Amino acid sequence: MNPAVLIASVYVFALAAFLGYQVISRVPPLLHTPLMSATNAISGISLIGSLVLAGAVHYPLGAHILGFVAVTTATINVVGGFGITDRMLKMFGNRKPEASAAKKEAVQ
Amino acid sequence: MSLTSYFMEATYLVASILFILSLKMMSHPETARRGMFLAEGGMLAAIVGTLVGTQIVTWVWIIAGLTLGSLIGAWMAVSVPMTAMPQRTALSHAFGALAAALVGIGEFVVKASEMGTVTRGALGFEVMLGALTTTGSLIAAGKLQGVIAGKPVQFRGQNAVNLIIALGMVTSFALFWIHPEAVSFFYTMLGLAFVFGVMLVIPIGSADMPVVMSLLNSYAGLAAAATGFVLGNNVLIIAGTLDGFSGFILSVLMCKAMNRSITNVLFGGFGAVIAEASSANAGGVMREISIDDAAMQLAFANRVVFVPGYGLATAQAQHACRELGELLEARGVSVKYAIHPVAGRMPGHMNVLLAEANVPYSSLYEMEQINPEFPSTDVAVVIGANDVVNPDARDNPKSLIAGMPILEVDRAKSVIVLKRGQGRGFSGLENPLFFKSCTTMLYGDAKSSLSHLAQGVQHV
Repeated sequence: MNPAVLIASVYVFALAAFLGYQVISRVPPLLHTPLMSATNAISGISLIGSLVLAGAVHYPLGAHILGFVAVTTATINVVGGFGITDRMLKMFGNRKPEASAAKKEAVQ
Repeated sequence: MSLTSYFMEATYLVASILFILSLKMMSHPETARRGMFLAEGGMLAAIVGTLVGTQIVTWVWIIAGLTLGSLIGAWMAVSVPMTAMPQRTALSHAFGALAAALVGIGEFVVKASEMGTVTRGALGFEVMLGALTTTGSLIAAGKLQGVIAGKPVQFRGQNAVNLIIALGMVTSFALFWIHPEAVSFFYTMLGLAFVFGVMLVIPIGSADMPVVMSLLNSYAGLAAAATGFVLGNNVLIIAGTLDGFSGFILSVLMCKAMNRSITNVLFGGFGAVIAEASSANAGGVMREISIDDAAMQLAFANRVVFVPGYGLATAQAQHACRELGELLEARGVSVKYAIHPVAGRMPGHMNVLLAEANVPYSSLYEMEQINPEFPSTDVAVVIGANDVVNPDARDNPKSLIAGMPILEVDRAKSVIVLKRGQGRGFSGLENPLFFKSCTTMLYGDAKSSLSHLAQGVQHV
């Protein structure tokens, strides 16, 4: 890694940390579980590193296999993480208890 | 740079912006769900960008991995119950960290010789954090699921052993950094990191899980960020850092909510050192109340506050609780839910459980919001919570939990405690709240007690 790239990367890291602090401290405790599951899904972005390992040129078979396992686990996080976050956030959507109770009675 | 590379970098930039926006929209339940769609879009863009922009020759492994991962992920997303959310999250920390560690090992296998000093440092960091988070999270998941005993595993000289392992790990890291050609240092570091992850989590009791979960969250994110440094990939750095900082912020919040330091949680082994610390005003009589009397008390109250603890979740009583709440509201009683930050086994867990039972989030109150309201509350109903309502934390400086912020239910006009039996909670501490004159106890399984109370209220 040449120094210019390194410095740029450190900038990105520091700014992301600062921004992350600003943004995440505004998330209410109500949503801390979905937050954890969402950031987990987002950090599943390491999938893109795994993809390269699993299929890029000039890589030996061993690397491809490591890549395959990494692609699998990262995909589980992305798909599972976003899926479950959505399931949770959907539950926080129903703001009108009267409406939902009425609907429930109608179903029964 | 070719055109496809520019395209790839553009998708990464878009993904980074969308990720940040989605977390910003997480600040309100109304916008949170839409925000996640943005993040999903960003993720899809980055994946497509990578596949277009990298010279892919073998598609077999990629397609196999994506398919298998999607199937397992989708199955988990649909089938995991909300009570098992902590286990699932711990497991996903393990998966994320494992992916980071494997990418690091792969990079090491392929191009260790051409790496510069900085890249090698980042790589070591990535693999070390990734490996220890993987095993640590697996142990945490096992404890939460009950596969491994939740009790802290402790032995003489544990901290010394851990220190030696940690030193060995860091030394191998340093040696690998200095002598890249000595492959064995790298693998020694990897092995020790796996062991250290286990050692780090086994001494921790299930009550401290919210802190550990957040900490592992942070490590998993930092491992991903380190991957970004190794691959020179900014979107990885950004996403990993966001994840890492989110975990860090949550750990700090959880520690504050228990009035403990992170070091104390990691090396203190809280659950095990329960000295026979008897509280100053322990003793006295616990007064039992019958279902009918309790129902009567609730039905004629003006303000009722429910205080759910982990006992509510283990008894699967959240639906019964909501039904009782709705019946009371129908009678014109104001019903609120008081949520302590460490109620449940991960940050925010109790909110999710109650939301699943259709309790509107506008009835859920945080500790700071609800505490001033207890003096004007007629009945506080404590369901399977113990330490978070223990007045000793506030009044008795000698108590083991002294200084831990609590829900001040003892200031309410009357308190009904739903409890399985007369025993102490998992912390083993005596709770003077149970002996106060305004407190009555309702023994039995929380779920059946609540549904009997609901019947009782209906008949009033």
